Amino acid sequence: MTAIASHANARPGLNVGAMLKEAGLTALVALALTFPLVGLRTVDVGSRLTITTRFDEVLISVLLVFVGRIGLILTREGHALPVLVVSLVVAVAAWFAPLPSEILRVITIAGAAVLAIRAVIAVRRDRSTLSQQERDRAMDRLGARVQDAAMWIGPIAVVFAIALPFMPFASRSVVDIGILILTYIMLGWGLNIVVGLAGLLDLGYVAFYAVGAYSYALLAHYFGFSFWLCLPLAGLLAAFSGLVLGFPVLRLRGDYFAIVTLGFGEIIRVVLLNWAVFTGGPNGISGIPRPSFFGIADFDRRPPEGEIAFHQLFGIAFDPMHRIIFLYYLILVLALLVNFFTMRIRKLPLGRAWEALREDDIACTSLGINRTNIKLAAFTIAAMFGGFAGSFFATRQGFISPESFTFIESAIILAIVVLGGMGSQIGVVVAALIVIGLPEAFRELAEYRMLTFGMGMVLIMVWRPRGLLAHRDPTILLHPRRSARQQQADSEAGA
Amino acid sequence: MEYFVQQLINGLTLGAIYGLIAIGYTMVYGIIGMINFAHGEIYMIGAFIAVISFIVLGAAGITWVPVMLMLVLIISMVFTSIYGWTIERLAYRPLRGSFRLAPLISAIGMSIFLQNYVQLVQGARVKPMPPVIQGGFVIMERADGFVVSLSYLQILIIVLTTVLMVGFTGLITRTELGRAQRACEQDKTMAGLLGVNVDRTISLTFVLGAALAAVAGVMVTMYYGVIDFFIGFLAGVKAFTAAVLGGIGSLPGAMLGGLLIGLIEAFWSAYFSIEYKDVATFAILVLVLIFRPTGLLGKPEIEKV
Amino acid sequence: MTAVPGIPLLEVEHLTMRFGGLVAVNDVSFTAMERQITAIIGPNGAGKTTMFNCLTGFYSPTVGRLTLHRTGGPFLLERLEAFRISQQAGVARTFQNIRLFAHMSVLENLVVAQHNKLMKASAFTVAGLLGLPSYRKAEKQAVELARYWLDKVKLTKFADWEAGNLPYGAQRRLEIARAMCTEPVLLCLDEPAAGLNPRESGDLSELLIHIREEEKIGVLLIEHDMSVVMSISDHVVVLDYGRKISDGTPAFVKTDPTVIRAYLGEEEDEELPPEVKQDLPEVAEREEAP
Repeated sequence: MTAIASHANARPGLNVGAMLKEAGLTALVALALTFPLVGLRTVDVGSRLTITTRFDEVLISVLLVFVGRIGLILTREGHALPVLVVSLVVAVAAWFAPLPSEILRVITIAGAAVLAIRAVIAVRRDRSTLSQQERDRAMDRLGARVQDAAMWIGPIAVVFAIALPFMPFASRSVVDIGILILTYIMLGWGLNIVVGLAGLLDLGYVAFYAVGAYSYALLAHYFGFSFWLCLPLAGLLAAFSGLVLGFPVLRLRGDYFAIVTLGFGEIIRVVLLNWAVFTGGPNGISGIPRPSFFGIADFDRRPPEGEIAFHQLFGIAFDPMHRIIFLYYLILVLALLVNFFTMRIRKLPLGRAWEALREDDIACTSLGINRTNIKLAAFTIAAMFGGFAGSFFATRQGFISPESFTFIESAIILAIVVLGGMGSQIGVVVAALIVIGLPEAFRELAEYRMLTFGMGMVLIMVWRPRGLLAHRDPTILLHPRRSARQQQADSEAGA
Repeated sequence: MEYFVQQLINGLTLGAIYGLIAIGYTMVYGIIGMINFAHGEIYMIGAFIAVISFIVLGAAGITWVPVMLMLVLIISMVFTSIYGWTIERLAYRPLRGSFRLAPLISAIGMSIFLQNYVQLVQGARVKPMPPVIQGGFVIMERADGFVVSLSYLQILIIVLTTVLMVGFTGLITRTELGRAQRACEQDKTMAGLLGVNVDRTISLTFVLGAALAAVAGVMVTMYYGVIDFFIGFLAGVKAFTAAVLGGIGSLPGAMLGGLLIGLIEAFWSAYFSIEYKDVATFAILVLVLIFRPTGLLGKPEIEKV
Repeated sequence: MTAVPGIPLLEVEHLTMRFGGLVAVNDVSFTAMERQITAIIGPNGAGKTTMFNCLTGFYSPTVGRLTLHRTGGPFLLERLEAFRISQQAGVARTFQNIRLFAHMSVLENLVVAQHNKLMKASAFTVAGLLGLPSYRKAEKQAVELARYWLDKVKLTKFADWEAGNLPYGAQRRLEIARAMCTEPVLLCLDEPAAGLNPRESGDLSELLIHIREEEKIGVLLIEHDMSVVMSISDHVVVLDYGRKISDGTPAFVKTDPTVIRAYLGEEEDEELPPEVKQDLPEVAEREEAP
């Protein structure tokens, strides 16, 4: 460490020429990237396309890249402190200063923040970047800490979730966002079984979500089945489709498997879109019945003759919120069910075999584990949970169409799993709050949502391929917990 | 019969375009073993740059078709290549040697980013383009007046693709770069030890793939006359299917796969159902991967133990 | 060739494996006996690992019959799916380039090895999900077996470590322990002494002798380290360019002129691969030692 430090500090001057050249080249690339697409915007005038120019934005982006690169070089060359100060000032200034567009503000702040983080690392470690291993270790410690904290954060979060609808700030929109986030948490936990535990990259998870949703909608539409009957049926049908689709593809290698699942997802969507007589085609299905209170009472103001409504049952005044809150608790229970299942199965031979499969499938075979069956189990179970979530989605919306089941939806769920940390249950919650919650909270930035989201996926992969909070605790211990951690930490400190 | 011939012509044209995109997939897969999920978006960017340069050139008074076309091709190839280069540098290179699914996830992120970036800076509406090259030959005419035609544009597409393919095959088999590329495919560490600049070779692979995708983008712009920010996804999946069908890693395979996919799509739409033409492609992808993952011209892979 | 006495456990008959034009294993036949350590030696590229991969179902041989004799058998290995070779026939293996579940703990590695047994005990997960006592008991037993092997390979202290964090030699031992946890009748080891220091190879020899004497199972061993091979093997099979060139007791093989020719080369044979040369002094040493 000292050797590196003295080496870094020993550099006498700064080669300004080389620095400008490097930054200039980067700026040139930025110019080439932004000039045609940002600088020249195609617009319709009458029936013809014409071009309007926005060279100011190009200029600003190129300048930002140039300055940012200089900042990076300075950090690398051991002048991290001034860079840190300047980047913080820039970030604050960009927050308040009038800038031509909102996106520019976001980019400036984000860029300055990244620079500041690098500078902080440089100041603390005398180097601007950490090696992959150091990053992994640092993030793993964070993950371990979060995992430990989950022991008490988990129950608190559940209590908070239960109490949420009765909080003073719980307006209808808050509960609605809660339902939305919980739906994605449930989907994330479901997909986590396939991606996080079994290590199979499923790009078509939305297919099972769709099967669940359409199962309920169609069963209710054609046969008048109730939600409570359809919920298990939808799960079963989704599981069955998982079984049927999974069987042929599970022997494929990782990336081929990913593409084929994407193909299946799209096939199901295209079929839903075009089989109009059965599925309603692009118009979808509307008027999907809302769930009753466990088949006992409805949430209507005036129930049909001979039936009783929820508010009458409990002798309270009618409030449309009752149904929303009921839906909220429904998805909370469903999500917790998935979580409970996953926590439990990780400690069972099936769950351990999933994780072993993720680590090394050839070794699994040599131990007599039937890869296909194990993968099929993961695929089918995850599909079932997707089906549950789907039928919940249908009953909550009252309307579904193929629009809701595009590849982007799969990508969002996958991103939740990947960002949070593959295999990490709490990571899924954190990621769902970020991916779904943040855009809901900052509606004005909604058009940048998918943009930042794609960028986020790339950045997380580059920064930490296993996901932010990825950390696994052994599922079974020979020695008491504390000493095991301690030992390992000691050995790492020694190494 | 006449109808059949017409579909054959249409299918070949479409297939040529898919083939050009498929080469990008196949080369990248060959050299670093990843599916460049963002490649469809590269093609989409190529198409956008083509539209933009057509308009700019038109406004600048350069309207003589051969010159205009030449310039558009060059501009589009150059700028799209820079996108290809940058993407590899930012999103894939740091992940080389990481766990196996990381580059694919990064590529999916990149694809989402690029789609939304183009939507944001160019608008979500479709971009119509007036036809640049019009007219063609009438090859056959049926008694009821059905005309089989081969447009100049279709000829241009097929000829240009053939020329590019020949040139490209020469590049891979005859030049230093091609040798370096094949060496990296076999063993990157060893190639590096023997003085091949591995990073540069991989970068160049992305640049070449992007340039060919840009050509496909230019052609599609002229052929269909309308593009939007979402065209990359389907074209990407179809081209990937073509690459897999031909045998991933094989250049002639990519072209052959492209042609087959183009023909299948044309005939499927003509004789079965136009709604399910994408299902046909996906079904082929699934079937090929399950029953013949090495494709038509690919080499078998042995599971290393 | 000399016959080695014993009860046959694994019979390999006319095993041939071709990859395109390359014949990696060419008409090899031999018999491994119960409660014996059978070593397969030969220069690099002689087809040893390929043979292992045929035995354990990762490759299906072009020609040949592989018969394993055990209660409930005989099993024809070439007809079994790869995972059944461990599950039903009871053949376990290790890998030349260690294949542990690197991010799982040492103990978990050993428990995963008992997957099939535990899967049954958990009634294919149902009983396990419900937390029935029958499953808990089975898991406890599995941990006991794991602990037994951890003691044997001196890794008890590290039971809760991530397997990937263990030092190299310990990883090799863990892989053997993991294979033993499948309770095999035949253990196939692919270069278990590679990269070990002399003390570690000594421990390895002891462990293998323990497995033969106490667990009473057969061991098939690919090894370059002649000090290990010659000191513990009961039976040595020598391969060269995919063919069997010698087969017999260590004493016999050591003095077999064909073997000496293969390792030392004939007089006019100049192009001896360097890795073969490395092995030479050891062969020579061994011969003088006793």
